[in-house]
Amino acid sequence: MIDRDPPVTEEELHAYVDGELAADRRVAVEHWLGAHAEDAARVAAWRAQAEAIRARYGAAADEPVPLRFNLDRLARQGRKWSRFAAAAAVAALLIGGAAGWFGRGAWEGAGPARVVTTEAFDAHRLYIAEVRHPIEVKAGENHLNPWLSRRIGYQVASPNLDTLGLKLLGGRLLPGNSGRAAALYMYEGTSGERFTIYCRRDQQPQSSLRYRATGPVGSVFWIEDDMAFVVSGPADRARLQKIAETVYEQIETRQQTGALLRMLSDARP
Amino acid sequence: MSGFRQGIQATIPALRRYARALTRDAEAADDLVQDTLVRALRSEHLFHGGDIRSWLYTILTNLNRNRIRSLARRPVISPIEDNDVPDASGSEGGARDIARALASLVEDQRVALLLVVLEGLSYREVAEVQGVPIGTVMSRLARARAQIKAYLDGERPPLRRVK
Repeated sequence: MIDRDPPVTEEELHAYVDGELAADRRVAVEHWLGAHAEDAARVAAWRAQAEAIRARYGAAADEPVPLRFNLDRLARQGRKWSRFAAAAAVAALLIGGAAGWFGRGAWEGAGPARVVTTEAFDAHRLYIAEVRHPIEVKAGENHLNPWLSRRIGYQVASPNLDTLGLKLLGGRLLPGNSGRAAALYMYEGTSGERFTIYCRRDQQPQSSLRYRATGPVGSVFWIEDDMAFVVSGPADRARLQKIAETVYEQIETRQQTGALLRMLSDARP
Repeated sequence: MSGFRQGIQATIPALRRYARALTRDAEAADDLVQDTLVRALRSEHLFHGGDIRSWLYTILTNLNRNRIRSLARRPVISPIEDNDVPDASGSEGGARDIARALASLVEDQRVALLLVVLEGLSYREVAEVQGVPIGTVMSRLARARAQIKAYLDGERPPLRRVK
């Protein structure tokens, strides 16, 4: 047989197997496979792989959906974390707790929470006092966020707190509890007051936002997605609450927004 | 139930299948699906139409990447199976082969292959989920298939020679 068509590429062989090939080329590929035993064997092997994968995992989709995936229930569970409810949650927690921090007993019982907030407090106090070297990498340097993300093992981006009058100075890497790396971002307000965001991996159950104050330093703490976040600054509840909400919202929406924006921009033909 | 929720509901079985193949661990897979659902429900205000299935696959794929990263930071103790010759008799042996072959892939290649052959997504949809050009999806697929073939060929006990 004479090959009138241009030679078939490996890409076309894959597209053929996956049903992505235009009809005219499909015929060409079939002719080609008739004449090229080696390619025919590869195509057969790929099909066998796909069959084996479907045979092994396909049935998972036929299992009855367990109760834990009940959407109404999951939505209720998630609602207290929705961006609109975050403010209410913080407010509810911040009201009361006359002296010191809210729910003192509950807080002290929460060992891991105390560990991570103590780390954050120590770092905050140590570095905000630095005049010349408060941070390691300056804001605006492109590698700040990729570097910290890589080292702490979580995709972080420094929240933008412009609307609150806080300017990002930069960040640094710190050794957290049991060697887990932590990232510290530092912000400065118009009158020179400094705030920090401390974050590191923490395999604790998701927690609500909690406020704690020790002397002149206050902080709001929460755990989400196996990450602990501590926002610290001058012990001004209302202001820390506002900052924590903003940080929470930005972290919360970033992952989905990123995925969505990517899809939306690709979806335009 | 809103259209948004209905779309999510209808995709749960497929998400479980995908997660199971992606993690090869039924329990971890269902945890991943649950996290995906919670995220999706919470982010309804971010979803402005489009293919909800692709969106859910995207969230699950991203969450799994975070999961792998956190696992990599913990020591993993697993049995050494040097002498474990794959069982060529019956489907059980074959099934275990394919699971191990999948485990030998780089994550991005595994995602591309599973979305195409198990979930039936088009190359274009996979490109959206992975946030890469279609050409990259195709090369990931090609490498995944070559690696699986090499793995299975290498593991299969040699044929007995007829004398």
